[in-house]
Amino acid sequence: MIQSTEYVIFKLNNEHYGINIRNVENIEKLIPITRVPYSEKFVEGVVNLRGVIIPVVDLRKRFAIPMSELTDESRIIIVNISELKVGMIVDSSSEVLKLEREDIDVAPSVRGNAGTDYIREIGKNDGRIIMLIDLHKVLGVEEFAEE
Amino acid sequence: MDMSQYMEIFLEESKEHLQHMNQILLTLEKTPEDYQLINEIFRIAHTIKGMSGTMGYNKVATLTHEMENVLHLVRNKEIPVTSIIIDVIFECFDALENQITSIEANGVESSSDYTGLVNKLIQIINTKGSGTNKSGKATKKSSGAASIEEVETIVQSNTGAEFNLEVAQAQEHVIMKANEMDLNAILVKVVLQDTCMLKAARAFIVFNTLEQFGEVIGSYPIAEEIEDEQFENSFEVLYITRLDEKTVENELMNISEIARVITELVILSDKPLVDKEIDLSEINEEADEDAFDNADKAPKSDKKEGKEKNEKGKTAKTVRVDIDRLDNLMNLVSELIIIKTRLEDNGSTNSKQNMGEAIEYLERITTSLHDAVMKVRMVPVERTFNRFPRMVRDLSKDLGKSIKLLMSGEETEVDRTVIDEIGDPLIHLIRNSIDHGIESPEERTKAGKPEFGTVALRAYPDGNTVVIEVEDDGAGINTEKVLSKAISKGLLTQKEGEMLTQQEIGNLLFRAGFSTVDIVTDLSGRGVGLDVVKSKIESLNGTVEIKSTLGQGSKFTIRLPLTLAIIQALMVNLNREKYALPLNNIKEITTIHSKSISLVQNQEVVLYRNKTLPLIRLNTVLQVPYHEDSKLNKEDLIVVVVKKGDVEAGLVVDSLIGQQEIVIKSLGKYLTGVKVIAGATILGNGGVALIVDPNQLF
Repeated sequence: MIQSTEYVIFKLNNEHYGINIRNVENIEKLIPITRVPYSEKFVEGVVNLRGVIIPVVDLRKRFAIPMSELTDESRIIIVNISELKVGMIVDSSSEVLKLEREDIDVAPSVRGNAGTDYIREIGKNDGRIIMLIDLHKVLGVEEFAEE
Repeated sequence: MDMSQYMEIFLEESKEHLQHMNQILLTLEKTPEDYQLINEIFRIAHTIKGMSGTMGYNKVATLTHEMENVLHLVRNKEIPVTSIIIDVIFECFDALENQITSIEANGVESSSDYTGLVNKLIQIINTKGSGTNKSGKATKKSSGAASIEEVETIVQSNTGAEFNLEVAQAQEHVIMKANEMDLNAILVKVVLQDTCMLKAARAFIVFNTLEQFGEVIGSYPIAEEIEDEQFENSFEVLYITRLDEKTVENELMNISEIARVITELVILSDKPLVDKEIDLSEINEEADEDAFDNADKAPKSDKKEGKEKNEKGKTAKTVRVDIDRLDNLMNLVSELIIIKTRLEDNGSTNSKQNMGEAIEYLERITTSLHDAVMKVRMVPVERTFNRFPRMVRDLSKDLGKSIKLLMSGEETEVDRTVIDEIGDPLIHLIRNSIDHGIESPEERTKAGKPEFGTVALRAYPDGNTVVIEVEDDGAGINTEKVLSKAISKGLLTQKEGEMLTQQEIGNLLFRAGFSTVDIVTDLSGRGVGLDVVKSKIESLNGTVEIKSTLGQGSKFTIRLPLTLAIIQALMVNLNREKYALPLNNIKEITTIHSKSISLVQNQEVVLYRNKTLPLIRLNTVLQVPYHEDSKLNKEDLIVVVVKKGDVEAGLVVDSLIGQQEIVIKSLGKYLTGVKVIAGATILGNGGVALIVDPNQLF
């Protein structure tokens, strides 16, 4: 039984989110994104990451958070999930956090707040609340697997 | 043991062997007396049997085993090579090919039943039995039958080494038979080094080595346990071979990580031990079944993980590469590293001239590197061509036509991705030629042609493309029939028909819905439409043309790009976005005055070169966001005329950038369903431009 898991923490609209570090390939500064027609609304486009074309989603759009200007702090987190590589635009990311099992609660199933069903668990750290997101749900990868 | 690591090797080698076998079989049919060939087939069957046995593919193993039995008799001149035997072996070959394909696709053998085929083989063996008995030859069988006493076997140990392997009764029979055939039965004990990490893999290599020179008929621990690494540092095998113990020992010591090899000749007591007549093949089978039982379990346990495996789908595609090409690649990469250091140096000295030189040098290297990498991906078309002689043979037998197949340019190289796709269209074309093109021998004689028809299959490189031609000297295409057919089908009107050239009429054959027609029997296939051929070739960015002269034959010419990964493209601007249009779809570029556009059924069209050309505004189709600097309503529109088969359309773009060689990259699985986009390419500035697939636009 693993007692603690490491999470990459990122910020979106001043809230903290976490992704299991196992799924994170790397974190990139913003690079030009090419729009792709006929793709899902939250898909921002594709980028060239060292010769590999990687689709990028905008998490603000996905979580229905109001859009804001991209800043110097903005990052693209490249995640690897079910052998798919996808980038996610976030407001900032600079931290890796180790969370103990007992610091993680199951997310309350209260609807209303945008995108709650993407949040599986909630981590607590120094009085901060960290929403641990379910990558499969966020990226809609499960739907791919079923096809 | 996880076999997946050997899977690729197994598939690759099996395919190679089968291909080889196919060639030999065809030669054998022409020169049945050539026993060299029989030997070769026997060897191949044996190798496949060994490999498939190890991999746990029982059906393949059993089938090859029976083949071996028959071939063995043929080899010993106990039965003559007859057309029946060749046909049966051909059938076996087909069955094997089927199985290998199934294994490649699904990871398991197909469920087809080969009992019938196996029975045929056994029947051949049996008929031989009666035949030779009549001729009174002393066969091994009769010598075995002479003995009727049952005796205990004594394994004489001359080295005193402790062998745990016990010779089972079934094995005793095999050993006895082997001794009669001047083969040695040897107990081999292999001791691995203590440091050996992958014991099972080592054991696998040992088994493989042994199988080259003989047959392993038993082991301790049993094969499955060896595979599971359930042994200390040593294992033992009972081995039947032509070699003597010393040679075996030396062979095995060549394998690394082996500490010691102990061998011992198995000598059965002289007294015969068989109590009844036993057919050699039967014994062999028994012994082999023992071995297979072990292997049998592997696929079963695999099935538990089956789901997982199936999800992963097909095994990865591999290419065998000439080592020279890899060396070349290595050299270029090292040059690349040299130039990198040089550029770094330049950075500090900051001399402009040096810089220019260095960049020139870099350019040269990248071009060569590109060539070299492309070459690595190239495979000779031989691989595809090889199956055709067989197909032609079968077809001509079935149809009662005599046909000669001429092949040339088999060494022409094409990208691996093309090779895999081109097979089916070629089969269709060759079938068409033979089935509908070439006349029956009587008709041919009447027409004053040689009795046998000729189908020529040619491949040759032509600039940046590869050309493959399928030509026959048959009846050719009756254009009048085609035309009347097309008119009755409503594909075109009488008037339009009269205006068509011979060439254009020929192209009608490629129209969908044409070839599946049953009436024009001398040119239509059985549902195997030429339109399918055409769409397949076009999906490879190639073209196909037909030329035919009535009474003299027809010629299909397929033109394919050398590679699919790099294409020439026209780069265009749509507002602030850049897109690439594949050059081979483009017919021409023109400007059109916006006033000449008219609206027909909500579709913008323009009269261009006396044809109505539908216009497609790429900005709209590709949902390009509107910008103020957009010149949507400007007077002169830049139109790129693209063609898809005979249909043309004009794509309206904002401005042209120029022609460029681009590398196609896939958008990946996440963005499926984006049909208009064929992929993406990386621009000089590191940005990404999307490649438009004009075929999807109209």
